[in-house]
Amino acid sequence: MGARIGSVIDDSRLPELSNDEISRYSRHLLLPEIGMEGQRRLRAAKVLIVGTGGLGAPLALYLAAAGVGTLGIVDFDFVEASNLQRQIIHGVRDIDRPKVASARDRIKGINPDVNVVEHMTRLSSGNALEIMRGYDVVADGTDNYPTRYLVNDACVLLGIPNVYGSIFQFEGQASVFYAKEGPCYRCLYPAPPPPGLVPSCAEGGVMGVLPGVVGTIQAGEVIKLITGGDGGLVGRLLLFDAWRMKFRELRLEKDPVCPICGENRSIHELVDYEQFCGLRPAQGEAPVESLTALELKARLDAGDAIQIIDIREPHERAIAAFPGAKPIPLGQMARRIDEFDQDIDAVFLCKIGQRSIFAIRALREAGYKGRLLNLQDGVNAWARDIDRGMPQY
Amino acid sequence: MPSLLIPTALRAFTDGKSEVDAEGCTVGALVSSLADAYPDIRQHLYGEDGGLRPFINIYVGEDSIKGTGGLDTPVAEGDSVMLVPAIAGGSRRARATRGDR
Ligand SMILES: [Zn+2]
Repeated sequence: MGARIGSVIDDSRLPELSNDEISRYSRHLLLPEIGMEGQRRLRAAKVLIVGTGGLGAPLALYLAAAGVGTLGIVDFDFVEASNLQRQIIHGVRDIDRPKVASARDRIKGINPDVNVVEHMTRLSSGNALEIMRGYDVVADGTDNYPTRYLVNDACVLLGIPNVYGSIFQFEGQASVFYAKEGPCYRCLYPAPPPPGLVPSCAEGGVMGVLPGVVGTIQAGEVIKLITGGDGGLVGRLLLFDAWRMKFRELRLEKDPVCPICGENRSIHELVDYEQFCGLRPAQGEAPVESLTALELKARLDAGDAIQIIDIREPHERAIAAFPGAKPIPLGQMARRIDEFDQDIDAVFLCKIGQRSIFAIRALREAGYKGRLLNLQDGVNAWARDIDRGMPQY
Repeated sequence: MPSLLIPTALRAFTDGKSEVDAEGCTVGALVSSLADAYPDIRQHLYGEDGGLRPFINIYVGEDSIKGTGGLDTPVAEGDSVMLVPAIAGGSRRARATRGDR
């Protein structure tokens, strides 16, 4: 179990609470583990929430309700209708508004005493230290590997705890990466998967309540780091399966040769995280050829011999079928290589043209010699540019 | 026979199975029998040097094999062996594959 750890808030910073505040937070004050002192620490605390999506929503709502004095929110995105299935901080009226503006309004609605700092920008190596410096705790609710590693490294360099949550379909992970007290994210995963292996939530889907549970767990961990007390998820990884309704807990060890928190660390400043995560073409790797929906339509109309391969799973093809395409799910490429005619161009499609790139790479590695093309922006582009009767999803 | 727990992120390669029976008395043997049964998963588990890829952790019970002998970690009847890959989702718009936005 987690050991006791001290509060991240220095005693010299503690404000007095007004009588109104004492009434408002009385259910916290009645808990000996929080009490007057803990609530004063919450009032003094500055917490940065990176991303105001599925994880950021419950984080912001509960931390505002709990009386955290300053909440910074980082997001460059705008609210879309497809967000509302899980991002409960935003509403129908907020569609097309900046997420930080929508989140600020909800936070203020819950607790006008919270000082909200909006950072409407994409966190990058160039701005991360400047944005994150001065915060006591960072809560990571982003959706991509470059930002995960960026937030981790910046937190280690600044000595701030990183309250981590991550979700995929029905599965969630949560931990507290706090290099002073335990392992960091790089101790657990020294490097990310290649792009495309693990689809994003936009491609793989996500059960709406999953980020609600995981983000709420993160909010609880943030509060304990501020009040001090049980070390919680420091040195532990919590796994949650919302479909099978199962929690598991794994032990995490600090990696003595971790490049950023180990004894002989080799990383002393922020690096290029797009490159680290393989998002720029590696040297010597042939780029994947692509064609647009309009180009594909023209070739089909001209009667070109093309084999069109739909790499989506059956349940996803049922959302928007692509007529004439041969279904070969992404996970079966290598073992079904003999079903292709390598003398004819093969066009691969998925929802938005990302996983299909991975299918092309898998076939290349399996020794495919023919021409492989990726349908740029996927079936959604076909629905947008060619067949208006087809849904975009 | 020990079984291997397959997380959602890798189930596309195991015909959707969340648990796969595998042969072997070490973690390495178990994982290699998994890759024999489902060849499409192989490139995601092993790097070019034949070692486990850095975004995959394997746990026997609550403990990572990093501290218990890596792929040579012995596995006994009834042990639950779990692949724990990195996942990144937090709900925001998908990024372009080449990071161009
Ligand atoms: Zn580390």
